[in-house]
Amino acid sequence: MNNEWLRGRAELGLAALVVLIGGLVLVNTATLETPATVNVVGPRVFPTVVGAVLLGIGVWLGIDVLRGGHGEPDAGEDVDLSRPSDWRAVASVGAAFFTHVALLRITGWLIAGAVLFWGVAVALGARRWLRAAGVAIVLSTVVYLVFSHLLGVSLPAGVFEGVL
Amino acid sequence: MDSLELLLQGFATAISPMNLLYALVGVTLGTAVGVLPGIGPAMAVALLLPVTFTLDPVSAFIMFAGIYYGGMYGGSTTSILLNTPGESASMMTALEGNKMARKGRGAQALATAALGSFVAGLIATAALAFAAPRIVDIALSFGPAEFFALMMLAFATVSAVLGGSLVRGLASLALGLTIGLIGIDSQTGQPRLTFGVAQLLNGVDVVIVAVGLFAVGEALWVASRLRQSGHGVIPVGRPWLNRSDLARSWKPWLRGTVLGFPLGSLPAGGSEIPTFLSYSLEKRLARRRKEFGHGAIEGVAGPEAANNASATGVLVPLLTLGLPTSATAAIILAAFQQYGLQPGPLLFDKDPVLVWGLIASMFIGNAMLLVLNLPLAPVWARVLKIPRPYLYAGIVLFAALGVYAVNAQLVDLVVLFVLGALGAVMRRFGVPLAPAVIGVILGPLAERQLRRALAISQGDYTVLVDSPISIGLLGVAALMLLVPVVGRFLRRRIDRGEQTGSQERAEAPAGEEP
Repeated sequence: MNNEWLRGRAELGLAALVVLIGGLVLVNTATLETPATVNVVGPRVFPTVVGAVLLGIGVWLGIDVLRGGHGEPDAGEDVDLSRPSDWRAVASVGAAFFTHVALLRITGWLIAGAVLFWGVAVALGARRWLRAAGVAIVLSTVVYLVFSHLLGVSLPAGVFEGVL
Repeated sequence: MDSLELLLQGFATAISPMNLLYALVGVTLGTAVGVLPGIGPAMAVALLLPVTFTLDPVSAFIMFAGIYYGGMYGGSTTSILLNTPGESASMMTALEGNKMARKGRGAQALATAALGSFVAGLIATAALAFAAPRIVDIALSFGPAEFFALMMLAFATVSAVLGGSLVRGLASLALGLTIGLIGIDSQTGQPRLTFGVAQLLNGVDVVIVAVGLFAVGEALWVASRLRQSGHGVIPVGRPWLNRSDLARSWKPWLRGTVLGFPLGSLPAGGSEIPTFLSYSLEKRLARRRKEFGHGAIEGVAGPEAANNASATGVLVPLLTLGLPTSATAAIILAAFQQYGLQPGPLLFDKDPVLVWGLIASMFIGNAMLLVLNLPLAPVWARVLKIPRPYLYAGIVLFAALGVYAVNAQLVDLVVLFVLGALGAVMRRFGVPLAPAVIGVILGPLAERQLRRALAISQGDYTVLVDSPISIGLLGVAALMLLVPVVGRFLRRRIDRGEQTGSQERAEAPAGEEP
């Protein structure tokens, strides 16, 4: 098996994932206890069916891929299917996202939101970093004020506790 | 009370100044978000859900009706001016609409889309108001076994119809069902698939699933394959129709409505089929058939009307049976559940003010859209020029905001990102997203009905096929799954020995054939 063969069949990974999740569901379901009070259908019946279906479909998908079937990647206005995957951009979006999660409770939503916006914008190729930062701060301030004051959705105030 | 009287009461609810304002805000926000490239109606509704969190249910749903129609209309604007359908339902619109725009007839394309949506929306809403009470009467006789069969049918149709490949549709559905399993079993208190994480005991909110798969998934998918070249947004003036455009449009509007509403009401997966059928019907009937493919106005008018009518039709099973048949409907069902409401036959009885207020505000929302969108089209066209990095940064920002607003839990954000990654993978391999969203919301309901049915029968599984209705529904469901498989098998036998180059092409639209 060479690389070329595998590349055309990356979808096998998806089939494996489906099978894996199916196994996980079945194992987890097997550990459930059926309380004595339940006389007919306990908590295990439905998940067992779902797990079995996952296994079956994972195998079916795998066979389909091996026989040359493949799913059409989702086309879209901003997607260029002829390009190879840009893992750096994906990882940068992830980094921005988890920075947001980490900051949320510490600095408050306003700053964490601005960081998220800026991070994703830069990851997706915004070249003028300072301008992106300006947009990020303005947007996240407006959104914060609208949601927390106008719509009454509570967001962590963080360092602006009592100020904004 | 008969439905006309109830509808008038609904108008009385919806026409209060505050509720009119909510409808206006909903329509505007829905259109503005729906216009954004890459955002279809489902994502628009999911992203805007948090805006309605703090409203009372009636106002929230009035706003929601506006968002629903606004998102739909925004999507067609995008596909006409950018040739990039946000979702499969606008594909047919883009076909002729974008050609029209390129020939400088964008204003007419937008006008026929707006007017067609309006006409279709009005007629379809009237049909909904008429049909719903009758379906409710029938549904009241349904027992758990019938509801279970109905849900199986919905599962089968959304998996078979949405997307091109049955096995990928089923994979999506099964993944959704699995996510729906997470949390405490409501009847026995057993934690399922929570792996010791306390915050998962309440299950994964459908809003998180929808926003994760659609919004974050889209952002990650675009990040992995970002198009570097510029975008050709076609400038457009104020939409208008002259006499001959109007003469060519009105019949397609009506035909599209007639196709769209009933097909949308069936549990057959939304607006893909009706828009496709409407397009081919108009192509066949058109006097200037040669114009098709080069910007025929009939090819915009028909599918747009069919799209809007079927979007209204989708609300029939949702409101009367509690059965979502499109991703957007699944999110609306989730919105109902946020308020502790369960759509279905009983809702009409228990909460007539809400239901009829919602139906009345659908009329109002349609009218508002028309008034708003004819003059504002040039503004929406400018929205399309948002630089892509800012656009997707904004989408991720609002996704994170909305999900945090649901429960104020950081774990939810982690789940959101994991689901986003799953959404990106599914996009990469052509796995449709809608079956997963429907599986998440309908799975637990199906399980509840199954257990109820079996509790009544004391464990006798034949109760599931005890009534003609259940047998019929399950039979159709089995057919939906078998037809593509058998069809492909037959085609393979025919193709055997011949050149098989065309086979892959033939398989792609297989879902549209049954």
